[in-house]
Amino acid sequence: MAEVDIKNYCLNFGPQHPAAHGVLRMVMELDGEIIERVDPHIGLLHRGTEKLIEYKQYLQAMPYFDRLDYVAPMNQEHAFVLAIEKLAGIEVPERGQYIRVLFSEIGRILNHLLNLTTHAMDVGALTPILWGFEEREILMEFYEAVSGARLHAAYFRPGGVHQDMPKGLAERIYAWTETFPKVLEDMEALLIDNRIFKQRNVDIGRFTAEEALAWGFTGPMLRSTGMAWDIRKAEPYEVYDKLDFQVAIGTSGDCYDRFMLRLAEIRESLKIMRQCLNDMPGGPVLSMNTKFAPPRRGEMKRSMEALIHHFKLYTEGFKVPEGEVYVGIEAPKGEFGVYLVSDGTNKPYRCKIRAPGFAHMQAMDFLCRGHMLADAPAVLGAMDIVFGEVDR
Amino acid sequence: MTDKALEGLGDHIARSLENEVISATVAFGELTVVARAEHIQKVLTFLRDDQECMFKQLTDLCGADYPERVRRFDVVYHLLSVQLNQRMRVKVETDADTPVPTAIEVFPAAGWYERETWDMYGVFFADHPDLRRMLTDYGFQGHPLRKDFPMTGFVEVRYSEEAKRVVYEPVKLTQEFRSFDFLSPWESAQYILPGDEKADEPKKEGAK
Repeated sequence: MAEVDIKNYCLNFGPQHPAAHGVLRMVMELDGEIIERVDPHIGLLHRGTEKLIEYKQYLQAMPYFDRLDYVAPMNQEHAFVLAIEKLAGIEVPERGQYIRVLFSEIGRILNHLLNLTTHAMDVGALTPILWGFEEREILMEFYEAVSGARLHAAYFRPGGVHQDMPKGLAERIYAWTETFPKVLEDMEALLIDNRIFKQRNVDIGRFTAEEALAWGFTGPMLRSTGMAWDIRKAEPYEVYDKLDFQVAIGTSGDCYDRFMLRLAEIRESLKIMRQCLNDMPGGPVLSMNTKFAPPRRGEMKRSMEALIHHFKLYTEGFKVPEGEVYVGIEAPKGEFGVYLVSDGTNKPYRCKIRAPGFAHMQAMDFLCRGHMLADAPAVLGAMDIVFGEVDR
Repeated sequence: MTDKALEGLGDHIARSLENEVISATVAFGELTVVARAEHIQKVLTFLRDDQECMFKQLTDLCGADYPERVRRFDVVYHLLSVQLNQRMRVKVETDADTPVPTAIEVFPAAGWYERETWDMYGVFFADHPDLRRMLTDYGFQGHPLRKDFPMTGFVEVRYSEEAKRVVYEPVKLTQEFRSFDFLSPWESAQYILPGDEKADEPKKEGAK
């Protein structure tokens, strides 16, 4: 028989593929079923957030952060308000800090629930997503209770949070933290010892700690290699240094480790949430510095000074002193950073958003090379990509 | 890290790289080192490998535009040392014609960040293996994050029933683009209010 020359061929993965987690187009070069090269084309969800922010006052720019990683909106807001606070030197009341931490952790669970269950769906397990999304819906109700919106909360403010939690919410959240572990156990039972799930994930997409650092991986991606790097511990912001929690790490740096690590992180988040609810002091939730934070509504009815401040804050906005800062927080996907340059006016001069997913996505080629085509969705799923933040 | 420790680190870097580093300052608890663009590879390699620096991770790389300067662009590198738990920022200046050497050989993560900076600002990175556009549309023209690029852009797209495809057309605004200036004219506005032209002139001799 004559020898047949088998050529490599190109495959377009996405941009509309359920396993592409949004709008990702990957041009893959395949040798049979082995991936030789991956060229991710991102930017299909690019909305020019950074340009828009340059034209908006600080407070007006804040809601854009909800729309980046729309799976865990408040975590993004957190980075932005921390950057403003660092530049302007605003103090946040303790209750405000606790509420922020509480909702950051709710955001983390929201994110991990979505990621774990869709990852499972990508490799063939359909049930977890149905169970997980029921719980996500409850968490989004908590979001709604404080901010009035399920997704795009716009709840954090420079100097604290917009409003105090409504009565009874703390008890509802606490009760949820006690019932949720049962659902988590059920979900785990379906997956962690499942033969198919293991075959699809163990030893897939492996990398070492050195490689992870060089490629700019953060968050669960970095920790799955055994590197215990968590910004909440390393550079504690807000009240994280007062809370007792552990940093989950993996051992082998494969997709299965990342899955297990996120499960462990959910449990740690529950622990943090309970501590927040127990330790939360009373008092104001928003800074009393009227140059940055608006006066309370009741005060405005009586005080001329408060009325003036309110008018100034919602027309001119507040001015942030000249300078540049970088603030990174431990978002559920990794290090979410804001590099904020101020020229002393009421609008940011430059606001660069450092999205963890961007760095992870970049390594897609490096991670997939030599893997089978069917492994690509597993690698992508365990990477935890949301295109809102990658494309910005 | 305290400001003092960061100053010490800045001094150490400035001493070790006398010819490459222009200045090292600490502000807002962050260390900023300004370097010469042509030596950026050497600076980054030193910062990565030196025992007191150990900046093994490139957290972020981005551009910034200051049109009033001669060399209008900043390229900003944010570095993180996981081992020593410290961060720093390196800045280099460049303009649209002067390429900056790529940092890919030092940090592979720089690849996409440099593509993005090229896309957004038109800063050219020499020896970059794959300097295509990153976030903008296929066939996009211009560099959108430059300060002289209008926020509305130049083209808009719509689906054309006649052509049965998406067509590009020049932007038509139904009303003029509105950019309100809310800065208080008494405190911070840079322009002169009408009628105030003579306020700052030195008083003439004999004037009362």
